[in-house]
Amino acid sequence: MKKLTNLVVTSSPHLRSGADVEKMMWHVNLALLPAVLLGVYYFGLRALAIILLAITAAVATEGIIQKVTGGDVFISDGSAVVTGLLLGLNLPVNVPLWLPVVGSVFAIAVVKEAFGGLGNNFMNPALAARAVLLAAWPVHMTAYALPFIDGITHATPLAVLDGTAQGTLPGYLDLFIGNVGGVIGETSALALLAGGLYLLIKDVIDWQIPLGFLGSVFLLTYIFGGEGLFNGDPLYHLLAGGLMLGAFYMATDYVTSPVTRRGRLIMGIGAGTITVLIRLWGGYPEGVTFGILLMNIVTPLIDRYTIPRVYGTEGKKGLRR
Amino acid sequence: MRMGFLWKTLKNGIFAENPTFKMVLGMCPTLAVTTAAATGAWMGVAVIFVLAMANMVVSLIRDFIPDKIRIPCFVVVIASFVTMADLLLKAYQPDIHAKLGIFVPLIVVNCIILARAETFASKYSVIPSIVDGLGMGLGFTAALTILGSIRELLGAGTIFGFQVMPAAYEPAVVMILPPGGFLTLGFVLGFINLMGKRKKGVC
Repeated sequence: MKKLTNLVVTSSPHLRSGADVEKMMWHVNLALLPAVLLGVYYFGLRALAIILLAITAAVATEGIIQKVTGGDVFISDGSAVVTGLLLGLNLPVNVPLWLPVVGSVFAIAVVKEAFGGLGNNFMNPALAARAVLLAAWPVHMTAYALPFIDGITHATPLAVLDGTAQGTLPGYLDLFIGNVGGVIGETSALALLAGGLYLLIKDVIDWQIPLGFLGSVFLLTYIFGGEGLFNGDPLYHLLAGGLMLGAFYMATDYVTSPVTRRGRLIMGIGAGTITVLIRLWGGYPEGVTFGILLMNIVTPLIDRYTIPRVYGTEGKKGLRR
Repeated sequence: MRMGFLWKTLKNGIFAENPTFKMVLGMCPTLAVTTAAATGAWMGVAVIFVLAMANMVVSLIRDFIPDKIRIPCFVVVIASFVTMADLLLKAYQPDIHAKLGIFVPLIVVNCIILARAETFASKYSVIPSIVDGLGMGLGFTAALTILGSIRELLGAGTIFGFQVMPAAYEPAVVMILPPGGFLTLGFVLGFINLMGKRKKGVC
């Protein structure tokens, strides 16, 4: 009998898809390109300058910290580019030019590298930086610009809807293509949906988080959003604000979202519920940032409660150790 | 020898067993009142007074306190001096008193003071107890002033009310809000631990 000498015994995984951090991150960057282009189209070259400053500062901070702490420099993996890009897209176009730099340094140095770098941050770095900037310089961070008009700040549709600002509500079409006031990257649902679909098709993200997020916002704003019950305007809530950006690009961050599919659905629904709570009854007109950040924090807990049954063990009993 | 012991006791409270940075005690006032250098420093002064006086009295009566009810006895002594500190601040520093608010009466339940009464004053004689109270109080004051200065510098551009940052600096309001307190404390603690490890040659 012939000896099977070329049989190798290894532990799993046995099949590799070829996906690595670098590829995934550049897919995300590519998917955000339509939003960047439309943002620059609507808000002018200043928007491009802000995005580029945020990216440069994020990559430089990451490189310097990794060099100083004596590790290998991993800036080519693109994760810092994603962080800088997302932060840039989350800023109003009229912020002073030092603001994206400060935000990126905070995102990378404090939220990411201080906790151990890629894979160890407990919150989405770009969103945490946005929350800190919002608390630090509220005047700059809420001076939203209107497309094609320089230097004039304007209320976002959600602020008008919330009653915290005066103004007329733009129509659905303007909301969909992004011809409304807001931060650079959030206004166009069309561009964000296109990028989101690309990520879904490329298998970079699962459908659970976006669907849970958008679905719960749709349902809850329909039930509670208007006068009396079941009288809300869910489509408006879907298209307005940072919901699309948050649901497809921020909440789906691998590091800060649950590992299991069931857990991801829970995270999406949780983030959507908190978003609606803040939008309808909270002090801020928009709640996507805090919805995602709060669900980031409970992600380890969700992971613990959604451990799949190990094959061959008894149902629920087998889980308890 | 005796002077040496007293000196060591004093330094112990400021450096080796600094209540804020080494033992991480009294976090509630540490985070709440360090929104500016002045409020932090005055909180420290109030705590120095209460610590030294409470330590003295606890040390004086340590032989008469029954073991089983020693904690209520300590609290009565501490509360008396906290009341005095509260009234003194209200009389001579009404602005600071208004800013510190509830945190002056709350010195009663500050764990540093109870801890020193329990671990030091109830075991040592009067003079070392007072010195221990002064040392711990100075360590606490130094820590609160450092934290308050950093937060005031970044959050308002001033230190003790004097403009330090250039006029072009836009204050980051978040630093004088609660998140700024946690961030500052975390970074200062991390820096001190890093320095300690460097000194020992660990990293």
